[in-house]
Amino acid sequence: MYTLLHRSATLAMALSIATGAAAQTPLDIRQSLDAAARRESADFAGFSAQRGEAFFKSGHGRDWSCASCHTTNPLAAGRHVKTHKDIAPLAPAANAERFTRPEKVEKWFRRNCNDVLGRPCTAAEKGDVLVYLMSLKQ
Amino acid sequence: MNHPTKLFIAASLALGAVAAVLADDDDDGRRYTASHPAWQAECGGCHVAYPPQLLPARSWRALMSGLDNHFGTDASLDPQVAADIGGFLERNAGRDRTPAAAPVLRITETPWFVREHDEVLARVWQSAKVASRSNCTACHVKADQGSYGEDSLFIPK
Repeated sequence: MYTLLHRSATLAMALSIATGAAAQTPLDIRQSLDAAARRESADFAGFSAQRGEAFFKSGHGRDWSCASCHTTNPLAAGRHVKTHKDIAPLAPAANAERFTRPEKVEKWFRRNCNDVLGRPCTAAEKGDVLVYLMSLKQ
Repeated sequence: MNHPTKLFIAASLALGAVAAVLADDDDDGRRYTASHPAWQAECGGCHVAYPPQLLPARSWRALMSGLDNHFGTDASLDPQVAADIGGFLERNAGRDRTPAAAPVLRITETPWFVREHDEVLARVWQSAKVASRSNCTACHVKADQGSYGEDSLFIPK
């Protein structure tokens, strides 16, 4: 029994390493984005929740903004504007699962930035949005 | 064995066969059981994870090779995950009813879907609660569990 459990635990660890699925905190992800933003621009002077909020709530020349699906209150549930599927709250204070899986964060920024802006977001833009979401309290 | 017993057995067998056909007929739309964790997580992340039986294999192949523009939305996946889900969809795909034509990409445009929904009134399709034909759960309230039977069908007012 011990061996079996031990093997399962080892396998689970190996799998999480293989898929890059190690859990992190929103703060860890913020730090990675901070490092990436510094690499992107020598002028980078830190993230801004205020800039993040404006970015989140405004349009970027296409049909959708972040708020189209996530609403202007990221502490509340949203709804996919096209399929009408419920979307769990985006702010970590309302949903502890948010920003804990780096590969998930990358996947959704990749897709959604493409839909909203028609290009990838910069690390500075992602970080601004993240610190905005982290600043929201229940 | 007397005659009434024989008749009873024959009738039971016939009923059983009918029940088996109903239960077995994917196109009947009652309940779909094929499942796959990545399919549920990824496809089900944005809409109901549509049952693989509802499109033929070549439709799934075409869909899965164009996820970066999936009906106007970027639904791109890690290539390994996409291949894994694509394999599941193709293994469990439905029959190809229009082999000569270009592959149908929308389930709602398959002859089966159109036929099954021909009694749905225009005002139901247009109601705010339905909004899109892709929104199965608006009426099939257990669609996310693979149940599309009439026992879990509630048309919004």
